Amino acid sequence: MSGAFSNRSFLAGFLITALVAAMALASYLWTPYDVTKLVIADKTQAPSPAHWFGTDHFGRDILSMVMVGSRNSIAVALVAVGIGMGAGVPLGLWAAARGGFIDEALMRLNDLVFAFPALLSAIMITAIFGPGALNAIVAIGIFNIPVFARVARAGGLAVWPREYILAARAAGKGGTAITLEHILPNIATLILVQGTIQFALGILAEAGLSYLGLGAQPPMPSWGRMLFDAQTKMAIAPWMAIFPGMAIVVTVLGLNLLGDGLADILDPKVRRRR
Amino acid sequence: MSLLDIENLSLSIGETPILHEVNLSVGPGEILGLVGESGSGKSMTALTVMQLLPGAARASGRVIFDGIDILDASEEKMCALRGDAVGMVFQEPMTALNPVKTIGEQVAEGIRWHLRASRAEAEERAARILDRVGLPPQKFPLARYPHELSGGQRQRVVIAIACALDPKLLIADEPTTALDVVLQAQILDLLRDLVTENRMGLLLISHDLAVVTEMADRIAILRHGEVLETGDTARVLSEQVHPYTRQLAQASMHVPARRQAGTEADLPPPLTPPHKGERNEALPTSPSSLWGGVRGGGERSHDRSASIKDASPLLSVQSVSRLYPGRRTSLFSREAPTRAVDDVSFSMQAGRSMALVGRSGCGKSTLARLILALDRPSAGEISFLGRTVTGRSEAELKPARRNMQVVFQDPYGSFDPRHKAERLVAEPLHVLEKKPSPAERRDLVAEALAEVGLSQSDMDKYAHEFSGGQRQRLSIARAIITRPKLVIADEPVSALDVSIRAQILDLFADLNGRLGIAILFITHDLTVARAITDEVMVMHEGRIVERGRTSDVLDHPRSEAAKALVGAAPDLGRALAARLGEQD
Repeated sequence: MSGAFSNRSFLAGFLITALVAAMALASYLWTPYDVTKLVIADKTQAPSPAHWFGTDHFGRDILSMVMVGSRNSIAVALVAVGIGMGAGVPLGLWAAARGGFIDEALMRLNDLVFAFPALLSAIMITAIFGPGALNAIVAIGIFNIPVFARVARAGGLAVWPREYILAARAAGKGGTAITLEHILPNIATLILVQGTIQFALGILAEAGLSYLGLGAQPPMPSWGRMLFDAQTKMAIAPWMAIFPGMAIVVTVLGLNLLGDGLADILDPKVRRRR
Repeated sequence: MSLLDIENLSLSIGETPILHEVNLSVGPGEILGLVGESGSGKSMTALTVMQLLPGAARASGRVIFDGIDILDASEEKMCALRGDAVGMVFQEPMTALNPVKTIGEQVAEGIRWHLRASRAEAEERAARILDRVGLPPQKFPLARYPHELSGGQRQRVVIAIACALDPKLLIADEPTTALDVVLQAQILDLLRDLVTENRMGLLLISHDLAVVTEMADRIAILRHGEVLETGDTARVLSEQVHPYTRQLAQASMHVPARRQAGTEADLPPPLTPPHKGERNEALPTSPSSLWGGVRGGGERSHDRSASIKDASPLLSVQSVSRLYPGRRTSLFSREAPTRAVDDVSFSMQAGRSMALVGRSGCGKSTLARLILALDRPSAGEISFLGRTVTGRSEAELKPARRNMQVVFQDPYGSFDPRHKAERLVAEPLHVLEKKPSPAERRDLVAEALAEVGLSQSDMDKYAHEFSGGQRQRLSIARAIITRPKLVIADEPVSALDVSIRAQILDLFADLNGRLGIAILFITHDLTVARAITDEVMVMHEGRIVERGRTSDVLDHPRSEAAKALVGAAPDLGRALAARLGEQD
């Protein structure tokens, strides 16, 4: 992996992601201010040396909130992508390997999940099981499953008819061995790129749920929650929206760069050219 | 005055030089053959004339077409030229047509664009040119889609598009490489007729010296972006002044040095029970003897002649058919099923090499898949090493898989791009009863690589780091690593340049002779069949229509299908003789 950092987009993505992760970890040990303490006297202050990102309408420090909020956002998105990948990719690969009835049944089931508006169903889930970060994770994760299943199946179907698969079959390898040895490595790029996109969407979905009051519960801040609070104060305190918004943009950008770089590194053709 | 003049053309893409000081000219009604191996810059020359070069390309020199300096012409001017005065035919008829547009629309497209003709006028003209290229509208309505046509018919459509506006110059880039010999002959005839009819200039690009000799008035030989020799086809090829020209010509007529006439004589006539008694050594079939086999040349050939006399055939195929269900015409009815393989029976002795020849789509590859147990026959039975293969589970197939391997046509597509050579070549070791340790595995791979003329240091390379010919060697190494009894080679040389092709054929002949591996060679190219096989089977529309010794069948074909194949096969010696005869 020593050569990996010579890949520019991987390096940039890695640095940004590491920075965000470090920020999330640091928030457990230290934040400039206590995010649960309301100081009404300092409310809606513009960015200043005392409060780099300004304060919100309760006088809480935005920088501290962005730091603490990153925990929720990242955890929700990461676990949701994990659920989607963990269940979706095997399902998709299975469908591609078997074809016929199993393929058909799995994909129609997929369509069924796709047919529900994701946010609406997430609202339903949180309405039944109550709001909270954990339920948000599960709700977002379930809707990631068909996305990964689709991608894995489409990628798998494109690889299966290749001659090297035929050669592997002629060498006596079964469906599982071929899937693990040949199909999965060849569609890893696709899945990784989809993973970074889904991660970004996961952060946005969490923001959306929190925005509706169904994600992380106050006083725990999350980026989505902060945007929700900011919307009515846009005219008087735009920094309340700008900084959590920027945090989302930077994180998503970092992950996309990381995904692109990783895809290049995993491809032996591109790697040798550098 | 010539139609196209290329003077001192040099071209580089980024830092890589592609062409160096190329000088060529094509006159009206003249066919110039541009010959060279892949990567020699043939296609780039054609693209320069069309100004369709990739963005990073820089060209210098002069390219004058009909008084217009192409390198200076604006994109607008080029758009007016392309498809009107200059037409182009591409290699791959499967991808050169848009699958969602009818052939009528595609031919009419250029006519409407260049002549600003109405739809009706354009279609009338399209119908006329399609009729001319051999697709009469009564039989092939303009509303047909490309997928409803065969490869040869598609190539005719591509030619119709290129010739729709009576171009002054036609550029054909490997127009017949993707077609079988019979179709190739038809397409070449068509091109020749179009040239004489319209006094069109034709720049014919090919790696096949025989094709070019048959067609071209003048020939230019290109290597590493430089024209080595140019001039009258017959003179260039008969005098062979440049050593590379000689090398190319020799590679085209290459016949691997293999077994002497003596071996030929003691082969049993096909389909008769072999006589027993003289030598009764059994075939080494147990896995241990698979590895214990002595590698010495003498011992091996001794083994081989012994196994030929062995009673049971290595492979026997009994009235095997493979049907594909027909298209559904309504909810309850289907068209009659397609019989891809139709009641085929044959047997093959150990150590022999047999060719299965036929036109594309005749069922050769389907038959190969059936033998390899990658597909199940609809009827009939296949047995290998005395055991039935048909209908067995994957676990029961393991002994058969160990002794039966495959080499595919496309040296690019037959390797997983993400694995290193060691793992690629070691793949079939999976079927061995006893899994080799990593060290043993490395040794076996090294041995297989050495066997095909690759070095041990190649083990840690990825497939894309090898050239086409090296990849085909790698493919063969993979096929022989388990020391199989039978290797099925599906068009293993048709994607390769002539010189590399000669090397690969040598390698097959060597493996057959030295290691006693039986080879079933699937090909549409008779020179390949003649070069390295003892016996030949001719397949036509799913049936085997003729079978016999290679020389007998190829010199005196009896069936129509075989006659067509033999008649259409381009042959450098014959073509050159014809050219020289013309001149006298």
